[in-house]
Amino acid sequence: MTREITYAEAVCEAMSEEMRRDPDVFFMGEDIGVYNGAFGVSKGMIQEFGEERVRETPISETAYVGAAVGAAMMGMRPIVELMFSDFMAVCWDQIANEASKVRFMLGGAVKVPMVLRTASGGGTGAAAQHSQSLENLYCHIPGLKVVVPSTAFDAKGLLKAAIRDDNPVIFLEQKKLYRVKGLVPEEDYAIPLGVADVKREGADVTVVTYGRMVQMSLEVAEKLAAEGVGVEVIDVRSLVPLDRETIIASVMKTKRAVIVHEAVQFSGFGAEVAAMLADSEAFFHLDAPIKRVGAYYTPIPFNPILEASIFPTPERIEAAIRETL
Amino acid sequence: MRALHELLADKAFLAETMRKLMLARKFEEKVFDLFAEGKVHGTTHLGIGEEGTAVGTVTALAPEDYALVTHRGHGQVLAKGSHPNDMMAEILARETGVNHGRGGSMHLSDIRYNTLGMDGILGASCPIACGIALSFKMRGVTDRIACVFFGDGSMNQGAVHEAFNLAAAWKLPVLFVCTNNTYGMSTPLWKVVADTDLTKRGIPYGIQTYEVDGNDVLATYLTACEAREYILREQKPAFIVEHTYRTSGHSKSDGNKYRTKEEIAEWKAKNPVIRFTQVMLGNGFSPEEIAEIDRETTRVIDEAAAYGESCPNPTATPEDLEKEVYAS
Repeated sequence: MTREITYAEAVCEAMSEEMRRDPDVFFMGEDIGVYNGAFGVSKGMIQEFGEERVRETPISETAYVGAAVGAAMMGMRPIVELMFSDFMAVCWDQIANEASKVRFMLGGAVKVPMVLRTASGGGTGAAAQHSQSLENLYCHIPGLKVVVPSTAFDAKGLLKAAIRDDNPVIFLEQKKLYRVKGLVPEEDYAIPLGVADVKREGADVTVVTYGRMVQMSLEVAEKLAAEGVGVEVIDVRSLVPLDRETIIASVMKTKRAVIVHEAVQFSGFGAEVAAMLADSEAFFHLDAPIKRVGAYYTPIPFNPILEASIFPTPERIEAAIRETL
Repeated sequence: MRALHELLADKAFLAETMRKLMLARKFEEKVFDLFAEGKVHGTTHLGIGEEGTAVGTVTALAPEDYALVTHRGHGQVLAKGSHPNDMMAEILARETGVNHGRGGSMHLSDIRYNTLGMDGILGASCPIACGIALSFKMRGVTDRIACVFFGDGSMNQGAVHEAFNLAAAWKLPVLFVCTNNTYGMSTPLWKVVADTDLTKRGIPYGIQTYEVDGNDVLATYLTACEAREYILREQKPAFIVEHTYRTSGHSKSDGNKYRTKEEIAEWKAKNPVIRFTQVMLGNGFSPEEIAEIDRETTRVIDEAAAYGESCPNPTATPEDLEKEVYAS
């Protein structure tokens, strides 16, 4: 049966169902017990699974992310919640030098099946150290998979796939989406990592996006549809592995591409997508330069007007689309 | 746990201990020679002089225990049971190496004998050891431990302190072993800590702590046995500080400018192989019996080098390597 639940509830449901299904799955993080985590995601989990499997950690990211690497090598399937994705910098060594590389360094002798779930993105007034979108850092480390769900449905299905995956997966939940509701089946389903989702079809321009920007891009597409402009919105869902074929095929059809992300535009994921398109068959079909819409090159300011000003807005997305027409 | 006098009466144990010491020593001397001949690519970190810590500690471990070894861990991996051929082939970057030439000396470890690590990031194995121990605890396995090695140089890494705290707070069966070889690369311990008594580092975390002369292989073995028994009995971590000295250079770049020839000579004279030779001679072994162990281990290591040199290079293409990155 399908019913409406929030993105946060969908994440909780994915974790709980996987923990019921597989005794090797367990959950670690700060304040994930009776507090339910900083964003209230793990409501009810400590009551159901107990303190052994819903394991509250000291504020010691290096210790518990490293412990997840060790437990994963032993065949456990840890899910780690890092309260804010910005804290990844605190335990970067365990992610960039250990989780991602140990399998390769040992000649394939071990697997590291772990998920690092973390709250990403801005728009909450949390200022410079609690609002970043750092996905491109992880994309640059071979050995990590990088997933950014944009809806409650995707959050549940992608997280299940991530937990079942035999590799370290960085799962970047969008803070601003936690309370957004969507239709989610009660039954078990997993969305394979590396398959993009065409969230809206259109004939005139392709918007490649993910995370919080998907909904914003869809709103712009809706507005432009009234003028007869068909905007195709592709939600890549997983940045690594990336569904190149779907993006390239769409751009070959529409002949125009706009890439939208909340992360800083400079050296962001959009640069990779733009370069990939320029380096593909799609290049010969382009009728306009590829456009990117990302955040300005600044730390996230505290003041709400200033904060909103640096992120992509519907107006900026619309303007970029119009430039390609 | 056996008492010292029982060990001294056990000729097979003593001979095997000497064999492990000599194997570690000769393995590293051979790597040094191969390096000098230009046959070893990249870099390598030798622990000549530290064999007592490796052999003494690892001999106290059970086969099912995990050892997370350091970048200076050849002796630790050998003592856990790996074959010198597989290890030499790895150091020589061959496909038949234990890590198929993907890791090299710095990342050499052998999952078949429960060694992991050979970590190039100092102290980073300590949190990972906590996770390995956590998997035992969560699965209700109470007969094994995770033993993690690090040096005095790593003792100031946050990862080590965070792991101490986590292991203590969660009551994890981890044996933390600090191989105090006096120098972090070239930097003497006294220069970078206010108090060189590293055993005090266990106190604030409530971790049972031991201290031993790491050049005395039997004392190290007995201490590690005691610590391991404590861990299994209490299901809590323990910490050993093992004092030793690296007579070899840090790596190929080491010009030994930070220490005197006299200091190195003094430590060479009291290195664990020489000291254990005296123990054996005093406990029923003839010089000829010891010489026989020397010849046998020399032969094994010569064969390992010949084997390694005879092995093929990897033939993986970049596309093949990309496929290895992820488990499917």
